[in-house]
Amino acid sequence: MSALPHLPALRAGRPYDSLEKTEVLDHSTGQVVALVSQVNAGILKKDLQKIGVARAALRKFTTAQLIEISAKAGEFFLNGTLPLGDKGHTQSADEYVRTLSGTSGLPHVMVRRNMAKIHYALTHVATVLNGLTRGLPLEVIDKGYGEQSGAAVSYYPTTQALGLVMPSNSPAVNSLWLPAIALKTPVIIKPGREEPWTPYRLIQAFIAAGAPPEAFGFYPTDHEGAGEVMRLCGRALIFGDASTVAQYRDNPKFSVHGPGFSKVLIGDDCVDQWPEYIDLIASSIAENGGRSCVNASAVVVSRHGRAIAEALAQKLGPVQPLRADDEGAKLSGFANPKMAEYIDSALEEGLKTPGAEDVTALHRGGARKVLFEGGTFLRPTIVFCDSFKHPLANREFLCPYASVVEVPQAEMLQQIGASLVVTAITKDPAFTSELLDSPLIERLNLGPISTMKISWDQPHEGNMFEFLYKRRSIERA
Amino acid sequence: MSTPNPEAAKAQLEAHLRDIIQWHFNPETGSQFWLNWAAKAGWDPRTEIHTVEDLLKFPHFQDEWLRDLQPEVWVPKAFAGRPFNIFETGGTTGMPKQRIGWEDYKTDYSEFSDKISDEHFPRNHYWLMMGPTGPRRLRLAIEHLANVRGSSCYFIDLDPRWVKRLITNKHFDQAKAYMDHVVDQAATILKHRKVSGLFTTPKLLEALAERVDIWEAGIRGVFCGGTTMLPQYTRFIVEEVLENRIGFYPTYGNTLMGLAASVPLKPEDQYSISYYAPQPRAILRVVDPEHTEKTVEYDAWGRVELTTLTKEFFMPRFLERDEAIRRKPRNQYAWDGVAEVRPFGAMQKTIVEGVY
Repeated sequence: MSALPHLPALRAGRPYDSLEKTEVLDHSTGQVVALVSQVNAGILKKDLQKIGVARAALRKFTTAQLIEISAKAGEFFLNGTLPLGDKGHTQSADEYVRTLSGTSGLPHVMVRRNMAKIHYALTHVATVLNGLTRGLPLEVIDKGYGEQSGAAVSYYPTTQALGLVMPSNSPAVNSLWLPAIALKTPVIIKPGREEPWTPYRLIQAFIAAGAPPEAFGFYPTDHEGAGEVMRLCGRALIFGDASTVAQYRDNPKFSVHGPGFSKVLIGDDCVDQWPEYIDLIASSIAENGGRSCVNASAVVVSRHGRAIAEALAQKLGPVQPLRADDEGAKLSGFANPKMAEYIDSALEEGLKTPGAEDVTALHRGGARKVLFEGGTFLRPTIVFCDSFKHPLANREFLCPYASVVEVPQAEMLQQIGASLVVTAITKDPAFTSELLDSPLIERLNLGPISTMKISWDQPHEGNMFEFLYKRRSIERA
Repeated sequence: MSTPNPEAAKAQLEAHLRDIIQWHFNPETGSQFWLNWAAKAGWDPRTEIHTVEDLLKFPHFQDEWLRDLQPEVWVPKAFAGRPFNIFETGGTTGMPKQRIGWEDYKTDYSEFSDKISDEHFPRNHYWLMMGPTGPRRLRLAIEHLANVRGSSCYFIDLDPRWVKRLITNKHFDQAKAYMDHVVDQAATILKHRKVSGLFTTPKLLEALAERVDIWEAGIRGVFCGGTTMLPQYTRFIVEEVLENRIGFYPTYGNTLMGLAASVPLKPEDQYSISYYAPQPRAILRVVDPEHTEKTVEYDAWGRVELTTLTKEFFMPRFLERDEAIRRKPRNQYAWDGVAEVRPFGAMQKTIVEGVY
């Protein structure tokens, strides 16, 4: 057995050992921990011409069977020892935690939390599908037609495969594609360069649970290859920054996952009780290392803004990097230190525009960007902005960051812009009604609920069933 | 397979070198450019150049000379009055480098014909060239190669300068549309005509194979050149585009050198292609970019340096815009090879190669 694990590409489940390999490095020591085979775009094109075989392999199962397989895969993922590459290595759950933590910079505690989310998603696919389909009987997916609430229904697949150009920042984003298997849709995954672990382990978990290997494509590839995943898969999930989102948003082939710009709003009726909500707001900002699109990146209030910013800064400012295996670790290291440098300089640049103050600066007692045991970290930053026009008021970074902005309640919904999650702390029926009417909010939490809370049976960012299936009208003689 | 004999090859090369030096620097036979150059340099290469090592007495050939000077300055006096071909180099923009010639391309490609098999390029049949034609030597060379084998050739042009401009200006849709246009024409020829031999570039080959089953269309041999072919990409072409059943002949070459053929791949090569210059008419060295008088060690990366030695054209120590791995002599080639050729500085910056 070779010393280093090698993750091959998986072409319809078959391992492919490429002559080009990239190294996955430990974020703090720079040590090579695995090699990953890289494929060229032509290989993707070749394989996608034969994708019908992968779909046929899934169609041999009923949706109910695939739900059961997904649940078993969840257990394997969370607890199992699974094959790791093609050189005879295996990976236990603890090894997965340590390896992913080492290469991504996420502390163990956060990796485990992400694992738990993925496990939950896999073991609750029936609930998820029920929510996504609004109670569609599963045999409709198997047969292509049937009845729902007394009406004839028929659905057809919109694609032969779901393409996924994955990011490296947070393993739980993989939970987005998990229902595709039960929906009989093969996946073509281009893993993030620094995070091949989670998709590879998930595929192995599915195969161990009885899913057909043909249903899984794992293609570490370059920019051109990623372009082919998007071009050739009938449907694709894309993760990227605001410019990527803008480029693909209006194309129904793509489900685009960009910055969430999630927010906490406090209504005039509750804002005087703001100290009660500081813990909730702080965890909305900083949980999961502030890396999720559902992390709050702005707190919007009509008054007490400076006091709220100060209280958040007192709570988050002193947070420092800890060892990856420390259960109290709250910050994630950067696999790519240049990203940390970019964020730090973007914040400093933004602060040069009058009207914003880094309230955390006093409580940090040092620089925002710090080196700890060889890793690069960004410590939390709370910025008080005098208006939403300030360049830092509606920004999102890959670290615990939020602005606190004072805006009169009557103007809040005109100013906040598109927001993936809004937690609105209010009991005011009129304001609640305005919030419910707003087309800018994807998920609305009414009352003191963390922005991080998501409901698996309610999609917060696109509906995977509606993405992969379309309804047609049907009549049978 | 014959064992390479480097000593014999060097002796043959140096005899040829002395002939060529005598030719180009003799007022009775040499060109205006080199005679003037020697007069200004203050030394006579005819008395000082005897060995390959002596070539280091020449400075690097400047490509501006091929851009700035009129073509007649390169005409050896012995060829005076004979009309010549003017060939231009590949995918550049602005004033291109030009090389004049008469018979060199025929010599190069007649020799290359002995290196391709009748199984893959049946004699007395038809070829298709899909790639840069226009002012390039390659167009006439391919036709000559087909003719030498009793065959005729269809041509589909691709203008690499236009592709390069589109890509540089980020007009990717137009570049794709142009590539589709080129491939469409080739697919049409393959549909309506019998063709067994194909010359093209790797990217165009890949695109054509997506459109047409090239084995079913009758193609048995592919002769490829033009851009970087790293090992994994070569493997992809051999295994998946040509399906291990169509002959594959990668080459490295350009208007200034001619054609460096590759040796057949062996399993231990791991699809790393080694090319060998058509010595003694050209010499390829892989040199240390910082100290170009020195070659790098075998199996190490360096910059490609070309010396062309024919009676039509003398070009000493031209630094190509390519880097490569220096390889040992192999098969019938008793001199150094160059492998995994890619644009110079490819590891440091993105270089536009386009579809060609």
